[in-house]
Amino acid sequence: MIHFTEDQRMIQQMVRKLAKEKVAPRAAEIDETDEFPWDLAKVFGENGLLNLVLPEEYGGVNADNTTLCIVIEELSKVSPASSLMVFTTQALTNVLIRGGSEEQKKIFCPKFASGDKICAFVLTEPNYGSDAASLQTKAVPDGDDYVMTGNKTFITTGEVADFYLVFARTGPGERAKGISAFIVEKGIPGFTFGKKEKKMGLRGSPTVELIFEDARIPKKNLLGGEGGGWNILTQYGNLMRIWGAASVSLGIAEGALEYAAGYAKERVQFGKPIATFQAIQFMLADMAMLTEAARSLNYRASGMIDKGTEPFSKIEPMVSMAKCFTTDTAMKVTTDAVQILGGYGYTKDYPVERMMRDAKGVQIFDGTNQIQRMIISRSLLGKS
Amino acid sequence: MVEFTEEQKRVRDTVRKIAEEKVAPRAAEIDETDEFPLDYVDVYAKNGLLKATLPKSSGGLDADTMTLCLIVEELARAYASAPQMLITTGAVLQVLSKAATTAQLQRFLKRLEKGTHICSFALTEANYGSDAGNLQTRAVPDGDNYVVNGSKAFITSGEVAELNLVFVRTGGRGTKGISVIVVDKNSHGFHVGNKEHKMGFAGTGTVELIFDDVEVSKDNLIGKENEGWRLLTNIANMMRVWGAGSTAMGNAQGALDDVVEYVREEVQSGKPEVDFQAIQFMLADMAISVETARSLIYRTAYVMDRNGASFKDVETLVCMSKCYAADVGMKVTSDAVQIVGGYGYTKGSSIERRMRDAKSVQIYDGSNQIQRIVAARNLLS
Repeated sequence: MIHFTEDQRMIQQMVRKLAKEKVAPRAAEIDETDEFPWDLAKVFGENGLLNLVLPEEYGGVNADNTTLCIVIEELSKVSPASSLMVFTTQALTNVLIRGGSEEQKKIFCPKFASGDKICAFVLTEPNYGSDAASLQTKAVPDGDDYVMTGNKTFITTGEVADFYLVFARTGPGERAKGISAFIVEKGIPGFTFGKKEKKMGLRGSPTVELIFEDARIPKKNLLGGEGGGWNILTQYGNLMRIWGAASVSLGIAEGALEYAAGYAKERVQFGKPIATFQAIQFMLADMAMLTEAARSLNYRASGMIDKGTEPFSKIEPMVSMAKCFTTDTAMKVTTDAVQILGGYGYTKDYPVERMMRDAKGVQIFDGTNQIQRMIISRSLLGKS
Repeated sequence: MVEFTEEQKRVRDTVRKIAEEKVAPRAAEIDETDEFPLDYVDVYAKNGLLKATLPKSSGGLDADTMTLCLIVEELARAYASAPQMLITTGAVLQVLSKAATTAQLQRFLKRLEKGTHICSFALTEANYGSDAGNLQTRAVPDGDNYVVNGSKAFITSGEVAELNLVFVRTGGRGTKGISVIVVDKNSHGFHVGNKEHKMGFAGTGTVELIFDDVEVSKDNLIGKENEGWRLLTNIANMMRVWGAGSTAMGNAQGALDDVVEYVREEVQSGKPEVDFQAIQFMLADMAISVETARSLIYRTAYVMDRNGASFKDVETLVCMSKCYAADVGMKVTSDAVQIVGGYGYTKGSSIERRMRDAKSVQIYDGSNQIQRIVAARNLLS
């Protein structure tokens, strides 16, 4: 019951069907094996989900933020690990479309036109997570190239991605001012992959270390000019959280709520379905209330970005609130879903324990909830 | 996406000005004396706010749900008690405009011109609060009249209301024997009983209403006999979003405004409180709570005004808006007192008043437990 446009409703129905028929049956297996679901990548590609933000001439639909929210939410209801490739891919193409020059769009958009390319967003380093402005990976100009050296860690969709949006230090500028953003293609000399993380959740979405040893990146791959990386990160990267972590966790919460409500109607104890007990009803009511509050905030924020009439200073904290609240909601709702299912909920025979493990990841990635609270309080108190 | 119309923005800005200039300066005094603020009545009447829910043809603002939400939010942001007389009057007039005959409506509006303009919504009884379907105040037909006997409890605005929309039993037990009649305060045998002494929500004129063989003309029956429960569920319950929901959220926003200002001043005077991350994070969580409540309320109002959703879906959203906003109001005001510390706990700080006021909203207009029961029932059905 959010008012979507006709196009948005159509995409929602299409993705809902696809999620149910193709993604849901694979979710448990993907979690179990921790293998990247290439079959789903193919399905997403064939259905245009990997290049939604591209202009029509490159096979996209010029998707706005709300449309991306819808797609990620629907996929995340059944398999958040699978939805992450849709997120990280468009994290790069979104920056290209909104922050790249006309010439760069002409160079790179055709590379994505086939619709099967996967991308990754590369920011975090071993010693610079929340403190991203201090990152140390270097890119030094040399002729027509930049020479990149350094390590990146916890990179979602790493190794399987074809293109990487890498944030590196180019300038003498202090902290944020010396950061630039590059599109880096897989396979260039000096760019390799290190350790793959073994995670408690979001399994099947590879989280990988990236290693740059004198990798040469053409200057035409620099987005937003030298020193413009931080601007890209704040103007585009921070706002993508609305269809990234916020929508992923909204989907998780919904999936868990739906499962727990269905189970409560079936499970009989003391001679009647546990859904008839007020203690269970109130847990479900609170889970539903939090989920609906999260949905209301998410779509109000995405609508604000799409409409573009509110200043950035108002939108940024709103997106941080959506990320923080929705991920905390997903954690609470999935934990309570496990509780309602009891012993069964704690086993791998039921999906809610996976949802709970997945939910924890989203409180941490895409800017920890602690960082979001800092952004929010700064905006409240007017501190720089 | 929530977008306001030009008219909605105009009303909001007008009410914000009234709230800042006329409502806020009187809040502490009303809280202290618990006197019904007749000066507010004058200001609201002058600006057409008491008739907001009526169609323009009846001299109203023809306000949709979103507009009502904005009016109540702005007033509650200044003082949670301030919108209560608007809510009770608006609720009654909305029921009348939807369910009364034109002749009835005209007659009642004319009556309201002579007096305070205020109406009360009289449902709750001493032994039937959440269990309203079993109410006992009885109306027995007698010629052209009903004879009403019984009493109502916790009736907001009852102290000064000219007209009371009273839910009475005309038939058998349960919800199918309930009717709605309008009782004039000047009726013989009608008494305003004890005024409740409450921890907060001062100046709302919350009283007991006593009916002692009150003769009420059958012309004052609204809708059909024994079909009063439907007016409650189809019209009145939906008002919780702009009634209790917006009251709680506006009050919470006001508390957040106050505490942010306090923390900023502490910093300017050299106290480093703002540099404590513990305080920053409390403020961030309070802001998140207020914005989620606001988002849920506006979305609900938007859905109601568009008439596109099923009754069940709308009912669920309304229950959630009320329950969530009220719980947020309690948490945010309590944390505001915590941040301000000892000074926040003293009388004269707007923050301690807001905390006492917030508690009320978790209880009135359908307790939060009732909202959860309805939400769960809809979820599981």
